[in-house]
Amino acid sequence: MQSFVLPYTAVLSARFRMILQYRAAAIAGFVTQIGWGAIRVMAMEAFYRSTSAPQPMHLEDVVTYIWLGQALLGLLPWNPDTEIRNMVRSGTVAYELVRPVNLYTYWFSRSMAFRLAPTFMRSIPLAILALLFFGMQAPASPEALLFWLAATVGAVLLSTALTVILSITLMWTIAGEGVSFLVSPVIYFLAGMVIPLPLFPDWAQRVLDILPFRGICDAPFRLYMGHIPATEAWEVLFHQVIWIVILVAFGAWLLSRATRRLVVQGG
Amino acid sequence: MANPLALYTHYVSISLRSQMQYRVSFLLGTLGQLFSTGVEFIGILALFDRFGSLNQWTLAEVAFFYGIVNVAFAVTDMLSRGFDHVGQLVRSGEFDRMLLRPRSTVLQLIGQEFTLKRLGRFLQGGAVLLWAALYLDIDWSPSVAALTVITVCCGACFFLGLFINIGTVSFWTTETLELMNVLTYGGIEASKYPLAIYRAWFRRFFTMVIPMGCVTYFPVVAILGRSDPLGTSLAFQYLAPLFGLFYFILSLFIWRIGLRHYRSTGS
Repeated sequence: MQSFVLPYTAVLSARFRMILQYRAAAIAGFVTQIGWGAIRVMAMEAFYRSTSAPQPMHLEDVVTYIWLGQALLGLLPWNPDTEIRNMVRSGTVAYELVRPVNLYTYWFSRSMAFRLAPTFMRSIPLAILALLFFGMQAPASPEALLFWLAATVGAVLLSTALTVILSITLMWTIAGEGVSFLVSPVIYFLAGMVIPLPLFPDWAQRVLDILPFRGICDAPFRLYMGHIPATEAWEVLFHQVIWIVILVAFGAWLLSRATRRLVVQGG
Repeated sequence: MANPLALYTHYVSISLRSQMQYRVSFLLGTLGQLFSTGVEFIGILALFDRFGSLNQWTLAEVAFFYGIVNVAFAVTDMLSRGFDHVGQLVRSGEFDRMLLRPRSTVLQLIGQEFTLKRLGRFLQGGAVLLWAALYLDIDWSPSVAALTVITVCCGACFFLGLFINIGTVSFWTTETLELMNVLTYGGIEASKYPLAIYRAWFRRFFTMVIPMGCVTYFPVVAILGRSDPLGTSLAFQYLAPLFGLFYFILSLFIWRIGLRHYRSTGS
């Protein structure tokens, strides 16, 4: 009797453990980000203790900025779409060319899902914890919340457009992560993830204002906390839209170049 | 029969040759490592530009802390990424093959991958360390010079211990847990500033539970020749790196326990 039941209980418990494993991995990532955020917050607190001179941002704003950054970390264009990477390496990317769809739009939507899905999983619980226990503040006003949401949509589009470009460059480099090794740390930095952008020297602000990366983290975060007043929100959104158009046009052009010279990896 | 050292050299040469097959990928990877640690340091520069000092610590002093932890970690990171793969090896059942070979599993795992692209972090951290060492008025007596070398070595051993622990956990979870990254990368993130700036619970954790501060903070205070705001004695600062070494030895024992516990997944 026992030997009859055994396979079923074994498969049940194995399956159960596997699901728990995945949950463990999700919780682990979550704990990592909280630890990371806490370290950054403590370091910034220490810097603010060192001076009494007025700063371009209050410490509470910096804390909120850091936690928003941790919650929305997944939105940054870290790496090319892993599926596209595998397709380029194995040569199955050729199938993509025969699909009766616009390839750029197709890759854009798949990259958007690639950015959004993992972020949704982590961002909401992390933001709730940070709001309750780690000194993150609520949005400055209902307007600030609305403009932040709008700018976050812009940030997702910007980030996706950059992700697609990173993916397309794989058609030239084939092996590894391609140029994303070089580009991603720079984007991470210029978006405001290493230190909040308003803390950079004034001369740097003019450059940062022109570049598109501010629109991924810095500008939406500051709309959230009212550091950019709601009256200036339109400028932020306009800046995002211009860069989205430029990056999408560039990505589409790059893709048309890439498909023209594509050498399919046989196999 | 090759002795362990010869075997290890052989492992490294195989690994190097395989990485040199993709020269461009290697170059991009190294530059990418340099960039991603480089932007962190530019962040520190910007913060010092803004705040002047960090609780009485100067930029050059913080740069010295930053350099020590990055150099020590980069050494381990180059040598021992094999422990990252333990989860995968256990899951696929390939770990069984390692057990059959007449050499210690630790040696085989250390030899599995010599990640040359981590040179990027080493070079960047080394350059910062060199700059700080030249800029600061350090009294390079033989004891201070010896302490610097010992600190880097014990630091590398400590990080190796941490990697071994991460691998050991995989015997139970069959998964390399991201949770442990909060200790390695979180610890490095924290150690680039002096431990004294953090809150008490955090300092205690990274001294008594995970003795990272013993290799990245206390001895560096002695090297810099200043009094410790935490009030430790010079004798303790000189002896502290040994705790990193103890941690490494302890992690080897725990690895043995894990090995005895190991049951093949059979796939």
